[in-house]
Amino acid sequence: MFPANFDYVAPTTVNEAVKLLAEHGEDAKVLAGGQSLIPLMKLRFAAPLLLIDINRIEGLDDITLDKAGTLRIGALVRNRALERSDLLKKKYPTMAAAAPLISDPIVRNQGTFVGSLCHADPQGDWGSVMLALGGEIVARSTKSTRRIPITKFFDGPFTSVLRPDELAVGATVVDPGPRSFGTYLKLERKVGDFATVGVAVFVSTERGVVRRAGIGLTGVGPGNIKATEAEQALVGARLSAKTITEAARLAAAASDPQTDVRGSADYKRDIVRVFVERGLTQSTSVKAA
Amino acid sequence: MTQFSVTVNGQKWEDDIEARLLLVHFLRDNLVLQGTHVGCDTTSCGACTVLVDGLPVKSCTMFAVQTDGREITTVEGLKQNGELDPIQVGFKEEHGLQCGFCTPGMMLVSRALLDENPDPSEEEIRWALSGNLCRCTGYQNIVKAVQHAAEAMKPEPEPALSRRK
Repeated sequence: MFPANFDYVAPTTVNEAVKLLAEHGEDAKVLAGGQSLIPLMKLRFAAPLLLIDINRIEGLDDITLDKAGTLRIGALVRNRALERSDLLKKKYPTMAAAAPLISDPIVRNQGTFVGSLCHADPQGDWGSVMLALGGEIVARSTKSTRRIPITKFFDGPFTSVLRPDELAVGATVVDPGPRSFGTYLKLERKVGDFATVGVAVFVSTERGVVRRAGIGLTGVGPGNIKATEAEQALVGARLSAKTITEAARLAAAASDPQTDVRGSADYKRDIVRVFVERGLTQSTSVKAA
Repeated sequence: MTQFSVTVNGQKWEDDIEARLLLVHFLRDNLVLQGTHVGCDTTSCGACTVLVDGLPVKSCTMFAVQTDGREITTVEGLKQNGELDPIQVGFKEEHGLQCGFCTPGMMLVSRALLDENPDPSEEEIRWALSGNLCRCTGYQNIVKAVQHAAEAMKPEPEPALSRRK
């Protein structure tokens, strides 16, 4: 398989890249890791006239904490780097748990975190993680820099609110707070397959009381699902077997899975319940009911 | 057409290619390095894996122009000065292949693993190879082959100081 013909350009600055996007708009596509885009181009689901390869732009591959405690991930940070990041292991356990479960090791060497979010695959793992943790996509154009909250970023399968003249230069993740826990659990038939079910959980506590909670679901609906009611059931409560069971029940109710080759809808819905319970129990060392 | 230059197995090449030419086809068709196999052609199987600046990449999922100025190692580049690479010796000694179709990708991923982690556990080996499919072996002998290579690459222990007589 080979893609339709296209022009190729590899700018070395963000300014050059956004200028090209401003000129070519819908005809152009940005290439970062290419692990989703290139397969789509080979299948001719995508046939951009111009490919803007941003891999030669310096300064987009950093994982940093700013003074306010916000995590910043540049557009060229590969899943490989996230998988090996001590900062993530220490402070962002939900992300640290998800990183090694993204696709397979060879794809992780190329594929980027921000690119995965922009691809907006309804089965993508990072979307659920971001919905659980909270964060923004930083979008640059020749005219402005826009910070788009992740809850407003996805606009349907394979669609985001990113405009054709905008380049996602990075993403930010909210400071989880000093007493926070979380994980990502993924059931997959084999490495590299889409999740049968994926669940991201996150809680931030203060004196034993949950201040913030995040639960994101993968593979059990038309897109990544933020289980808002389950999150609300945790906020203000003390984590106990009872509150966890209730949150797990609400998260399962928020899922909307389809029966397919990976499993029946009922099975997937119950895995959501089990994973929310297991994730919260594991990551908070509450004894299981 | 796009001008680009790339180093493959230590040799520099310059070419004028269509931007849509995939790396795997550049290697197989333009350079006639046919040890890099096209397996699934859908980013799933890892048979086409090569090393780009030392890291495994599925060459069916990268355009050749993206490698401008970079260094590529294919399976043909493993053998150095007439000597098989320890990973090749491992696959030979432990029968780490049957039909051999996945083997170039398996060996290059294993080589990159040992460069990063010279003493991997069995689980680490299996994890590292989890993006490479083999339909013959059941993986057992592939894991043994990597362990064989890791053992062979261990530095010789310092000889114990002999007491002066």
